[in-house]
Amino acid sequence: MGLELRNIHKHFGPIRANDGISITVETGTLHGLLGENGAGKSTLMKVLSGFHSADSGEIVLDGKQIKLASPDDAIEAGIGMLHQDPLVFLPFSVIDNFVLGSPGGWRLDRRQATAEMQELCDRYGFSFDPHTPSRLLTVGERQQLEIVRLLWLGARVLILDEPTTGISADQRAKLFAALKSLSKEGMSVIFVSHKLEEVADLCERVTVMKRGKVVGEADMPVPPERLVEMMFGQTVEIRDRKEVAHGKSRLTVDSVRMATGLLSEESTSLEVNAGEVIGLAGMEGSGQDTFLRICSGMRSPKQGSVTVAGKDLTGKHYRDFLAADVKYLPAGRLEEGLIEGLTITEHFVLSGEDRSFFIDWAQARNRAVEQVDNFAIKGTEASTVESLSGGNQQRLLLAMLPHELSVLLMEHPTRGLDIESADWVWEQLLARREDGTSIVFASADLDELLRYSDRILVFFSGRVIGELDASSTNVDEIGLLIGGRSANAELSEGSH
Amino acid sequence: MSSYRLTNLVLPISVVVASAVGLLVLAGTNPWDPLQLIVEGSIGWPPFEAGKSAKVGDTVMVWVPIALASAGLIVTFNAGMWNIGIEGQIIMGAIAAAFVAREVSAPRPLLVLLTILAGAVGGLLWGLLVGVLRTAGGVNEIFGGLGLDFVAISFTTYLIIDPWARTGVASTSGTDIFPDAALIPSLSDTRLSPLAIAIALLAIGGVWILFRGTLYGLKLKAVGANLRSSFLVGIPTNRYLLGAFMICGALAGIGGTVQATGFHFKLIPAISGGYGFLAILVVLLARYQAFWVIPISFFFAMIAVGSSQLDLRLDLNSALGGVLQGVLVLSAMFGLGWAAYRAKRQLQEASGGDSG
Repeated sequence: MGLELRNIHKHFGPIRANDGISITVETGTLHGLLGENGAGKSTLMKVLSGFHSADSGEIVLDGKQIKLASPDDAIEAGIGMLHQDPLVFLPFSVIDNFVLGSPGGWRLDRRQATAEMQELCDRYGFSFDPHTPSRLLTVGERQQLEIVRLLWLGARVLILDEPTTGISADQRAKLFAALKSLSKEGMSVIFVSHKLEEVADLCERVTVMKRGKVVGEADMPVPPERLVEMMFGQTVEIRDRKEVAHGKSRLTVDSVRMATGLLSEESTSLEVNAGEVIGLAGMEGSGQDTFLRICSGMRSPKQGSVTVAGKDLTGKHYRDFLAADVKYLPAGRLEEGLIEGLTITEHFVLSGEDRSFFIDWAQARNRAVEQVDNFAIKGTEASTVESLSGGNQQRLLLAMLPHELSVLLMEHPTRGLDIESADWVWEQLLARREDGTSIVFASADLDELLRYSDRILVFFSGRVIGELDASSTNVDEIGLLIGGRSANAELSEGSH
Repeated sequence: MSSYRLTNLVLPISVVVASAVGLLVLAGTNPWDPLQLIVEGSIGWPPFEAGKSAKVGDTVMVWVPIALASAGLIVTFNAGMWNIGIEGQIIMGAIAAAFVAREVSAPRPLLVLLTILAGAVGGLLWGLLVGVLRTAGGVNEIFGGLGLDFVAISFTTYLIIDPWARTGVASTSGTDIFPDAALIPSLSDTRLSPLAIAIALLAIGGVWILFRGTLYGLKLKAVGANLRSSFLVGIPTNRYLLGAFMICGALAGIGGTVQATGFHFKLIPAISGGYGFLAILVVLLARYQAFWVIPISFFFAMIAVGSSQLDLRLDLNSALGGVLQGVLVLSAMFGLGWAAYRAKRQLQEASGGDSG
């Protein structure tokens, strides 16, 4: 008995967020669901909690097929979802939040509800005053409130989506203890995370997702390297790229402190030479994104300096970085790169060098046709950008880059692209090295990092935990570092 | 922005006609008479008959400020801003023009030019204020604009009952009539001013060109469609937002000038006539297309002028004109929204067919 997901498909336009997922969660187990951002975990959990309905597939709970058309249905079926941001109505008191989702319309017995809530809290070691306004609760306490609420509503399956983001170590310990005792009582718990050590701490079984598919399942404990390998994919190490002589220093980041909100206060330094490619590895949100934003002038460092081609740009405006030929391409192509509703031609006009007041549309169209052809974009000069596939959007972004480029900063340059597009993108990027462009990119794909970088910086919890030479390192070494264990610690452990 | 297609309009138009007829039947009259009266009261029946030029003149002079404000709003809407402060911008334009009209003496052509410029500057500054509140202070432009509307309205009343009060009379009926040299020139015996019409048409044409053929317009559109991407492309987004408010404010301010020096010939408390809010509806109905502003704002001007006939002739309250206006707009928006929803559904069904 337990919860069974059978062949779940969910597409958003051309994006296959869930592409035939089958998972079985036995009653009374703590089941981990691992995967990088964009792997499809959240979509799957939203399907399971009735938020999205699947395009196809079945959900079977205790041998009975269930239909979930809304979150209401899911709760009725006994599936409770704890969202990443606990859905608490802040101006309400704790007890009002507690009773808000209860079925039925009119009768509201606060006294009885309070007693029942207290009893649940006592059982799982939580404590909060029913009459405090819930905005005074910490994120951790809001989660606890949400958990007792879902239990009160009769949840038999509890889904937790990245529950440890933003809570203290103490609260995490409390949460894990409660989850363990819940599973002993027969609750099935699905724990969604991209943090290896937590899954290793808590779960009895783990499923790994990647690109909308299940890529691995294992009973715990499993060595973290194995999990990293499942998450990031096995590496075929081919470094068939042409080597380019590196020039003078292009970008110097000197003892920068990032204020990521993570605890680490250690500083990071990096020197990038012309024509060099630096890969940034690490779990999502370990500091790579902040680092790129600092390098691009989108964000000022808390401390330290950023120098581009010998010019100190610390604290300068983003546009000063642009003027120094530093360009930043974030991961969200439609959110932070392209402009929905505008055509390809209009994009080229906006990014082009012609600054004259009146637009020569005939010329602009000709140039766009030419670029669409050069960059093999599947679309026409009059296509709006949202009608393009992810690969073609990325091609367009590359086509919009200026000719003169000193430093190119990219987040996930090939995320969501098919292999052909990904190879093509890197061909373009590597060609730019010959003009002396330095490239710094963050990626969740170890293969990509090893294949295209000269050096790899591994981030862990807001700092650089290791710098590796891409030609001499290997998957295992990176995997260990991504998991937060430095090579030295591993050595001393190995000598026991 | 999506362009108009005639087939998309069938549904909205039927909804509009149905609700107009429904409303008039509810008001206890047959639907034809009031409609005919509105037409007669605004442009004459049969339309544009000789001898009715005064009426036509009034309607056209109501059309001018609505059209100017609408042209300005196309700019702010394209920049992604809801410029509810447009009423205040019309009013401040009128106040600035009234100041010049009262205080400056110059030959007529020069004085008229000065009142128009003053109106443009007054509206521009009031619009800029909304923009600054938004970009520097993080005040949502809807709330900032609404607040500044109230300030402008109260300021007009203050001017009329205190510093600019008519000599010996404490009344909210308005200031003294402006000197002749400050009035915008019009055809004899009517308010119809070719100069005002020319300015309105120029503004509409200018806005059309702005978004059709200039880099500035394209950047405004980009800022409105995606602020973040625009910033990353290197567009100084705040400067463009301020620019949009300034252009809109200036055009609205000229509209206020025309109201003061071409229609009322003095400053009155309700100098904006609510035409700013009306213009928001015009632009929404025109779907941000400059050309469509011309007929749609004329239609609204007809209702505004023509409905004054209702109580005289049909024993219906003339406020029914306002109700009619509101119902027409809401039903048109409903119809347009419905048509858009259906089109989207059809598109989804067409593309979603292979994913099941």
